[in-house]
Amino acid sequence: MKPILEVNNVVKQYGNYTALNSVSLQVPKGSIYGLLGPNGAGKTSLIRIINQITMPDSGEILLDGEKLNPNHIGHIGYMPEERGLYKSMKVGEQALYLAQLKGLSKAEAKKQLEYWFDKLEIKGWWNKKIQELSKGMAQKIQFVVTVLHQPKLLIFDEPFSGFDPVNANLIKDEILELRDKGATIIFSTHRMESVEELCDDIALIHQSNKLIEGKLHDVKKQYRSNTFEVGIAPYNFQGLLADINTKYKTQQADFKTLDDELKLEVSLPQGGTSRDLLNYLMQHGNITHFVEKIPSVNDIFIQTVSQK
Amino acid sequence: MSLSLIIKREFNAKVRNKSFIVMTFLSPLLIVAMGTLVAYLANVNKDEVSQIAIHDVTGVFKDDFKDTKNIKYTDLSAMPLDIAKKEVSESESYEGLIYVPQADSITALATKVEYLSNDSPNLDFVSNIEDVVNDKITKHNLKQLGFDYDKIEKAKTKAVIHLSKFSGEETFKEGSIIKIIIGGLFGYLIMMFVIIYGNMVMRSVIEEKTNRIIEIIISSVKPFKLMMGKIIGTSFAGILQFLIWTILGLGLFFILSNVFGVQVGAAAQPDAAAASAEAMNSAQLYLSEVWKLPLFTIFLSFIIYFIGGFFLYSSLYAAIGAAVDSETDSQQFLLPIIMPLMLGVYVGFFTVISDPHGTVATVFSMIPLTSPIVMMMRIPFGVPLWEIIVSMVLLFGTFFGVVWFAAKIYRIGILMYGKKPTYKEIFKWLKY
Repeated sequence: MKPILEVNNVVKQYGNYTALNSVSLQVPKGSIYGLLGPNGAGKTSLIRIINQITMPDSGEILLDGEKLNPNHIGHIGYMPEERGLYKSMKVGEQALYLAQLKGLSKAEAKKQLEYWFDKLEIKGWWNKKIQELSKGMAQKIQFVVTVLHQPKLLIFDEPFSGFDPVNANLIKDEILELRDKGATIIFSTHRMESVEELCDDIALIHQSNKLIEGKLHDVKKQYRSNTFEVGIAPYNFQGLLADINTKYKTQQADFKTLDDELKLEVSLPQGGTSRDLLNYLMQHGNITHFVEKIPSVNDIFIQTVSQK
Repeated sequence: MSLSLIIKREFNAKVRNKSFIVMTFLSPLLIVAMGTLVAYLANVNKDEVSQIAIHDVTGVFKDDFKDTKNIKYTDLSAMPLDIAKKEVSESESYEGLIYVPQADSITALATKVEYLSNDSPNLDFVSNIEDVVNDKITKHNLKQLGFDYDKIEKAKTKAVIHLSKFSGEETFKEGSIIKIIIGGLFGYLIMMFVIIYGNMVMRSVIEEKTNRIIEIIISSVKPFKLMMGKIIGTSFAGILQFLIWTILGLGLFFILSNVFGVQVGAAAQPDAAAASAEAMNSAQLYLSEVWKLPLFTIFLSFIIYFIGGFFLYSSLYAAIGAAVDSETDSQQFLLPIIMPLMLGVYVGFFTVISDPHGTVATVFSMIPLTSPIVMMMRIPFGVPLWEIIVSMVLLFGTFFGVVWFAAKIYRIGILMYGKKPTYKEIFKWLKY
């Protein structure tokens, strides 16, 4: 499928500092796309360029195949990491104002706002000022303001920070629902569990360069280490331990089982298969646990970033 | 579309603010209250009577110092000088001692009279003594020369010059005082408005920056639009406040003009009933002089100069607000803004009053940074239309230049967090 957002060789420099060094990305339509990277990697610079807050020095950005232009403002919703609303303005008035700035008519904005207030059960807040709300409540308003104009591309910078678990879950469900309705979501985050849970695609930016991009599944495959977690009740405990170390690279493993088995993390040698390993183990005892160790996004992140 | 939205929001945010409502309706009351208080205090001071001792061994002057409402003279010539001095300096009731020593002739006394006191006397009082001495000696000299003093007094006339313009309009001398007051008031008002509303713009920029809503807004509109919307919306709030004050002021003047007379005159000088007829007369003159001023021109120019001056300065205020993270950081950048405003007020007060159409006043009423203030002070004296137009064109022309410059700083500044920039860094932003 054609990507909704294409970033082609975007370069951004601030004085002598290069914030983005010829970065290219393809965000598939209808996906949840994780934009990962350590602090200062260039994520915010890229997001600001996509939002037309700043202009790239070179390179181009296509939204739905069209070169990015001011008409696209209404198609993008952006929730920055540093949340902010006018503190002394009433919730309803403020949301209407921000939606109208995005190009909605007042009537349409009102209709949408009522829908969302209903949905998130925050109807009574309309005439409250932001300063009267708790931080979590203000975050909810912030979310509503971001999605109010029904953008086809949503950009969330650290969307779950500041939410309690109940509300974080609520927002997560809303995001999934928006995706199912056809919106594309870009996630910028450090929280790898949420990436693991939500993202279909990821890209990793480090020191102004894009290092990894692709379907989460493919990236994981690429980073698989052919390591298995093994739990075995051996016939001869010491004998097996001595023998297996001559054939495979092993490591103490830690997982829960019912008995006091031998728990190991076994790495296959070059060209080795899981079938060989299983055959070998079966000769030495009762296997209680056998799982391929899949690299977590966290592992991939740390591995890639520290390699550089 | 989005510009008008921003203007509306900024206007509402300012006007609905409690301090705006309080400022608008309470400050005229405060001014009236202050005026009344000052008038009252001045009267309280008048009721004090100070006692002055006279030690006149010659006996020439002692009868010429006549008691007034505030000064009572006591003749101590009978005492020896030492005792009189001691008496006066130690006693609470005496303010000071006028000492007239022996001299060869009355004429020689002109430079011999002394005044002794614990505190320095006020200037009015000293010149009062000098007048008495001068009068006496002059009379004496005239007599010596064979002139009849009474005849000379009779021969003196009191000239009154009628002032009128070629246009036929009559003025009177005190009219220029009215002009100075009105001009000074409006010039000062411009400065106050620029500072107060400029600060509002700056605070609103800092607010958006510190609560980070700025990123959401500029992902919807261009920073330039936001800045202009903010400036225009705030200026509307300023104009509204001025209109309210104008209506209140005009109302007050109408009331004064109609009901004027005994009540107001008496309130100002409670125990000078005799003076009330004359007071009413001159008060009426003052009032009619106010009505003779080109009030509509003043009103219209105030609005135009306020808009021009405010736009010019507030774009700088906006740039400063964008460059800093908090109001406390803004002080160092505010000084260069306040300076030309102060300069305008001082130049206005010192040059316009002495010579409203002199070179200095004319030049400063053309320079865009000071013209709104200085020109407002000149206008009551009558300024040729072309001068006003030139100064307005210069003002608005400069505004466009400054706005371009301020917008560049603003655009970069609003996304910079964390540290207070230096002038050098801000200069670098201009090149991004």
